Amino acid sequence: MTDDLSSLGAETFAAVEAADNLASLEALRVAVLGRQGRLTSLLRALGEVPEDLRRERGQALNRLRDEIASAIAERRALLQAAAQDAGIAAERIDVTLPPRPSVLGLIHPISRTIGEIVAIFGALGFRVVEGPEIEDDWHNFGALNIPEHHPARQEMDTFYLPPRGTNARRVLRTHTSPGQIRTMTAAPPPYRVIVPGRTYRADHDATHSPMFHQCEGLAIDKAITLGHLKGCLIDFLRAFFDKPELPVRFRASYFPFTEPSMEVDIGWNRQSGELGQGGDWLEILGSGMVHPRVLANCGVDPGEWQGFAFGMGIERLTMLKQGITDLRPFFESDLRWLRHYGFSPLRPPILHEGLAG
Amino acid sequence: MKFSLAWLRTHLETSAPLATIVDTLSAIGLEVDAVTDRGSELAPFRIAEVLEAGPHPNAERLKLCRVETGCGIVSVVCGAPNAHTGMKAVFAPPGSLIPATGQLLTASRIRGVESAGMLLSEREMRLGENHDGIVELPPDAPVGEPYARWAGLDDPVIEIAVTPNRGDALSVRGIARDLAAAGLGRLLPWSAVPVPSHVPSPLVWETAWPEACPFVLGRTVRGVANGPAPLWLARRLEAIGLRPINALVDITNFFTFDLGRPLHVFDVAKVRGPVFTMRRGAEETFRALNGRDVTAGPEDCVIADAAGVVSLAGIIGGESTGCDEETTSIFLECALFDPIRVADTGRRLGILSDARARFERGIDTALMPDAVEAATRMILELCGGEASRVVSAGTAPPWQRSASLRFSRLADLGGLAVPPAEAIGILERLGFVPERRDAASVTVAVPPWRNDIAAGVSLDLSPELSPAEKERMRASASAIEPEADLVEEVLRIRGLDSVPAVSLPALSSVPTPSLAPASAHIEQVRRLLAARGFTECVGFSFLAASQAALFGPAPESLHLENPIATDLDQMRPTPIASLALAAGRNAARGYPDLALFEIGPGFLEDAPGGQVLIAAGLRTGSTARSWIEPARPADAFDVKADALAILAALGVPAEALAIGAPAPAHFHPGRSGLISQGPKLLLGRFGELHPRVLTALDLPRPSVGFEIFLDTVPEQRRRTRRAPPSLSPFQPLARDFAFVLDESIPAEQLLRAARGAERHLVTAVTLFDVFAGPALGAGKKSLAIQVIFQPHERTLTDAEIKAAGQKVIAAVIKATGARLRG
Repeated sequence: MTDDLSSLGAETFAAVEAADNLASLEALRVAVLGRQGRLTSLLRALGEVPEDLRRERGQALNRLRDEIASAIAERRALLQAAAQDAGIAAERIDVTLPPRPSVLGLIHPISRTIGEIVAIFGALGFRVVEGPEIEDDWHNFGALNIPEHHPARQEMDTFYLPPRGTNARRVLRTHTSPGQIRTMTAAPPPYRVIVPGRTYRADHDATHSPMFHQCEGLAIDKAITLGHLKGCLIDFLRAFFDKPELPVRFRASYFPFTEPSMEVDIGWNRQSGELGQGGDWLEILGSGMVHPRVLANCGVDPGEWQGFAFGMGIERLTMLKQGITDLRPFFESDLRWLRHYGFSPLRPPILHEGLAG
Repeated sequence: MKFSLAWLRTHLETSAPLATIVDTLSAIGLEVDAVTDRGSELAPFRIAEVLEAGPHPNAERLKLCRVETGCGIVSVVCGAPNAHTGMKAVFAPPGSLIPATGQLLTASRIRGVESAGMLLSEREMRLGENHDGIVELPPDAPVGEPYARWAGLDDPVIEIAVTPNRGDALSVRGIARDLAAAGLGRLLPWSAVPVPSHVPSPLVWETAWPEACPFVLGRTVRGVANGPAPLWLARRLEAIGLRPINALVDITNFFTFDLGRPLHVFDVAKVRGPVFTMRRGAEETFRALNGRDVTAGPEDCVIADAAGVVSLAGIIGGESTGCDEETTSIFLECALFDPIRVADTGRRLGILSDARARFERGIDTALMPDAVEAATRMILELCGGEASRVVSAGTAPPWQRSASLRFSRLADLGGLAVPPAEAIGILERLGFVPERRDAASVTVAVPPWRNDIAAGVSLDLSPELSPAEKERMRASASAIEPEADLVEEVLRIRGLDSVPAVSLPALSSVPTPSLAPASAHIEQVRRLLAARGFTECVGFSFLAASQAALFGPAPESLHLENPIATDLDQMRPTPIASLALAAGRNAARGYPDLALFEIGPGFLEDAPGGQVLIAAGLRTGSTARSWIEPARPADAFDVKADALAILAALGVPAEALAIGAPAPAHFHPGRSGLISQGPKLLLGRFGELHPRVLTALDLPRPSVGFEIFLDTVPEQRRRTRRAPPSLSPFQPLARDFAFVLDESIPAEQLLRAARGAERHLVTAVTLFDVFAGPALGAGKKSLAIQVIFQPHERTLTDAEIKAAGQKVIAAVIKATGARLRG
């Protein structure tokens, strides 16, 4: 390689190395490889080189041109990356700033409990039915073997609405038991239904609300026994409270619409409120074999069909399961209470996901 | 029903400890409400003698007593004015707890003098209210003896809740019988020793109303000396909370609780004889034994003498003819009253009494003659005197009934195969008498005190049943019910805990859905609303009529006849009313910015069943403040989005919906809308609440809400297999158009026209700008839309795109009278 080429090469490589921005690098490229560039001029002057040296010089020139081009390209890539990095660095944001506000609402504990009850009884083959909250006397009382003079009727503190047209006085249902009457009068047996819903009694203090929720249950078939009643309710209570060993006790009692009738207690600790141990008993629901009169009143032959019914207070189940001590806030819609006890809509009560809210 | 253990033991021979008795009572249906064992808290206290009560050296009001406690002499400082030398008192040693205060007693110095214990007042022992001084015991009280035992206070008192079917359990004997049947001992025999007499009774019965009083017995006892009852009787009554009055009255109270047999004694001297008549009241007023005036009407059975009403039959006696210390001659009443009439009268007149509780549940008819004899004997024993012959009116109605039990039913209905012999044994111990028995069944006579067994079937049959069905139901229930009664008796005594629990047989190996599709959709709406930021509320279905009227009709037919409070007297027309009240309360607490929802009933006169199910939501105040985007007040379009999201979740196709006006009066007339499917089907409404509503309920302005009528939303066809989607390989094109049109023309009209213009090409029309200003002229607005054209077969040519655009423009102009904005 001749000296002029060596010095051009050395000079250019040094200048490429020294170029610290894309503009000066481009200027260098034009100065060397551009149309009027120094190396371009040398190439163009190749014709003037003596014949015997021309081939060798040509090869040297081309080699040098390639080397310079590649050095510039390399440098350009470097400078481009550096420029991009600098730009990105200037785009920094404070990622600790809060994001756009978004609120997820919550499901009321009563809806949650109803959902859990439906999920568990659903798995036991029960279907949900609903009924009106303004009832006539027959559905709420008469069909359920609670005649006018019956003491049980006095204990229920019924709310009354004025008669409509020729109908008798109407009542706000005092229990969801009319749901079993409507089930039995609508279609022939067998039945497995639950009736969750609002109920009303004229009573208001720390432990009573004039409106509350109950879930009635009814299972009628040809061979359902009191043993099934016990099995079904034990299965439910243990699943609901997620305590496979929950002690459950059945005590004889009386309801006009069942015979035999039973109160159901679960084991708990009165001091700590903890369920499942402690040696104390807590009354949790009423149940019994459906009274022959109730079946007959609905046109279901009690000589042929039999089964059980039960009723449970949804607020009470909720309070026990969630450790809520006061009944009144359930209906006060205090946002602070709702946020504290509410449930995420993204964790609905589905058995295969587990019932833990 | 209260009774003491000692009282129970007069009927039940048992070695069972108290805890077992209590557990058994609860298990067999006599639920124990409370057990009070006063003996345990009084156990440390002993009878002591005050050997000397002298002055306290350092305090004028205090006395310094030397007290013999039975375990040594101690010095006690006492402030009681009645403390005196030689008295017998109750001594509390150091280390004991004072029942009334819970204070732990320690030996201490009081004003410089040692005091090693305390002499107690009634109130300190929780035995009464008296705190004027310490208890003074009779001189013969034995020093050193535990006070509670000496006073008969170590007798635990059990209180049970008696269910409406068990009149017989309102007696100590009835309770003892159940316990004996359950294996807790032996029921002691009881029989009355008759008091024969040939003396005629100066007073006699007459019953003018046999339906109310079919049978009554009575007898006169002359020459009685009334006074305080003996200690055993007074203590027995005191233990269960009854105040001893005098021996004669206390005897009747004793039988009310001992045998469940209410009795009454009249003071013959105060009665205008010679006939006591059972008859209807005639709006007569008399002063009852509770000191209140009672007016008996024609539906109330009374006992009257020649002067008028002296007693409200089966409920409460009269003050004017009651027995007192002066009484020397009495007339004993032992009657049978119709349970329903007693219950009705008691309820109508608002009188609760021990007699009523027993008569309305039904009493033991067969016991009446024996009860008269037993009561007479006790009167003679305690008060002396001479009894007359027993007089009566009416006849004892037949109470004899039988019931049959097929043994197989114990397992088939009760779930427990109790061996026949055991079942019969239980029934016998309960007083049933076997009449016939074979291998498969037994027929028993029902004892007269069990009015709840085989009582005769009274049905309230559905009016929908045909006469033949009704007859079949009557026959079937009559055949089944007595047997069910017996199954219940055997199982409750045998113990329901011994019935093996059996899980219900599965109806299908994989459970089928428990919710109908419509109900499942409602659960999805609930989750959707919570996911959109709403918090769920459950509000009362009733509120104040004035508040209800803000949200719709508040008709008289939905006004409660007996509300619990005036602010809870009207059924709400819509849950949004409850939400508005809730939002007002939250705003008052400092939480004005919120989103609440409720899925619940609204009550309307003309709705089927009187109620409709509504999903309601309310947003008040502003969105959250943020550095990233400014807070803005909630507006009608927030809740329009909520409402449309619900309908979409319910499967209602968006293109089927139309937005109209006007919404009802609780909404702002210019900022609200109705959502309908087709021309008629109203599915919901949304918008700003009316400023008048906001003012009335102190709600932030604006407050916006929606209501979706869930019953009205048509059930969507269940999704089956769908046609494959059209996935065009050609790029969609977006074109913008702006139109100027009359301000009054709804935007939806324009959007509908644009969407419908080139159905096979236009896949979306988006309104992205609304503008009004002087440049457009008065009463004009500009709406700008983006239209997406989606080619299917090939890329569109410029000419085709232009033609499609022209079609959109033409359709809009035709539908709205708009012009293209240049």
